[in-house]
Amino acid sequence: MEYEEAKKLIVEQLTKKLKTKSKFYFNDLAGILGMKPREAKKIVNKLVEESVLEYWSSGSTSMYGLPGTGKQAAAEHED
Amino acid sequence: MAKHATPLLDQLESGPWPSFVSDLKQEAASRAKNPNNVEFQVNQDCVEDILGVLELSYKHGRTHWKHGGIVGVFGYGGGVIGRYCDQPEMFPGVAHFHTMRINQPGGKYYTTEFLKKLCDLWEFRGSGVTNMHGSTGDIIFIGTSTPQLEEIFYELTHNFNQDLGGSGSNLRTPSDCVGSSRCEYACYDTQAICYALTQEYQDELHRPAFPYKFKFKFDGCPNCCVASIARSDLSFVGTWKDDIKIDQEAVAGYVGGEFAPNAGAHSGRDWGKFDIQKEVVGLCPTGCMKYEDGKLAINNKECTRCMHCINVMPRALHIGDDRGLSMLAGAKAPILDGAQMGSLLVPFIKAEEPYDEIKEIIEAVWDWWMEEGKNRERLGELIKRQGFQKLLEATNIKPVPQHVQEPRHNPYIFWKEEEVEGGWQRDINEFRKYHQR
Repeated sequence: MEYEEAKKLIVEQLTKKLKTKSKFYFNDLAGILGMKPREAKKIVNKLVEESVLEYWSSGSTSMYGLPGTGKQAAAEHED
Repeated sequence: MAKHATPLLDQLESGPWPSFVSDLKQEAASRAKNPNNVEFQVNQDCVEDILGVLELSYKHGRTHWKHGGIVGVFGYGGGVIGRYCDQPEMFPGVAHFHTMRINQPGGKYYTTEFLKKLCDLWEFRGSGVTNMHGSTGDIIFIGTSTPQLEEIFYELTHNFNQDLGGSGSNLRTPSDCVGSSRCEYACYDTQAICYALTQEYQDELHRPAFPYKFKFKFDGCPNCCVASIARSDLSFVGTWKDDIKIDQEAVAGYVGGEFAPNAGAHSGRDWGKFDIQKEVVGLCPTGCMKYEDGKLAINNKECTRCMHCINVMPRALHIGDDRGLSMLAGAKAPILDGAQMGSLLVPFIKAEEPYDEIKEIIEAVWDWWMEEGKNRERLGELIKRQGFQKLLEATNIKPVPQHVQEPRHNPYIFWKEEEVEGGWQRDINEFRKYHQR
């Protein structure tokens, strides 16, 4: 899968699910891409690098989300 | 005068032991006084507010910290943990109070100059409160605001030659014992492999793509000073293949009272005369030692490397010369499913640069766990769920007796078709020659 195609797919799927959740496990992303985790990681890394996705961490678990989404977004951007 | 009254915390200062409350009060006082004229980049009162919010939590029996956050430094998914207080009006100093994890040096060797630089940086750009060290081994910086994160990261990486550690669903900061730098029991160079694998797996350390946390720990010998066997998903414990070396003259020295057992470690009280039979031979867990006619003998085949005899008589007994390490998999703390100790995966492997064989096993374990592991499932839980046999298959390791935890726990053997000569098919005519219908 080409990067642009993967990006479109991720943004589309994550936006669709926004009503129910704003943060996703890495496995959810690999599932959307239909790739093995190692392959998916390369694309997900690039998506984060380009600020298409952002990390969320509890300290013990990491998740991914579209920037600015989720309950904590307002508080955490510290604007 | 303290900013907040803290009667419940004050009580923790009573008693003979050191108290983190006293430490926090000391830091709060030092920030208030500011004798070095530091231009504090986060609230000068923040340590007072830590004490305040903690007192309130004790009063309410609930935490006032919110869970997690999206802060980080550019390009890294770990090393920074967002922490926010849910009573920001009452405690403005800790409204945004993020934690940073800093990769500790190998064997936790510091120069005092480096420690001072770390403290100065953290006093300037953070709360000044540290945890040396967190349970994974990192240097923990407790409490700073979002704008300071990149500044601290830049300073650490450009001027201190120092990286952040791991947090979240990452490879966590690998940790090791002092190894052969100071310890004669070390069976391999723990710092060399810890450093090499930290460098090799930078991507796994900084960009989370695992189902959950994953820890490496390196112990130079089975004394397990960094508790790798209990606390790391992949534990590397030094061991040897040949015989324990015995110096019979030194054995006689211990028996005769010339040398203090345990190198004098328990000399605080009088335990009586050293009794080699009772204190060494009789405590050998496999009963593989005997002391007869003034000679100590070890049946090395039965030795399980418990280290007791070597610890008691370090002058007389020494680890063997054919050294390497054992790899164990799946240890974890008791958050889900109870605590687990590591299970032996590789009984013996040489620990020599560039560690290719070891890396091959690590990556096979990861491939299996990344594909099969559920979200927030540790390796040890996956091993329990799918069975140790699956781990052996994933790593392409042949089952050996050392993999058996206890005999006859499960009396059933299920063969696979490829393991049986001729598979499930048979020549019925050939069979009928010997067996009637």
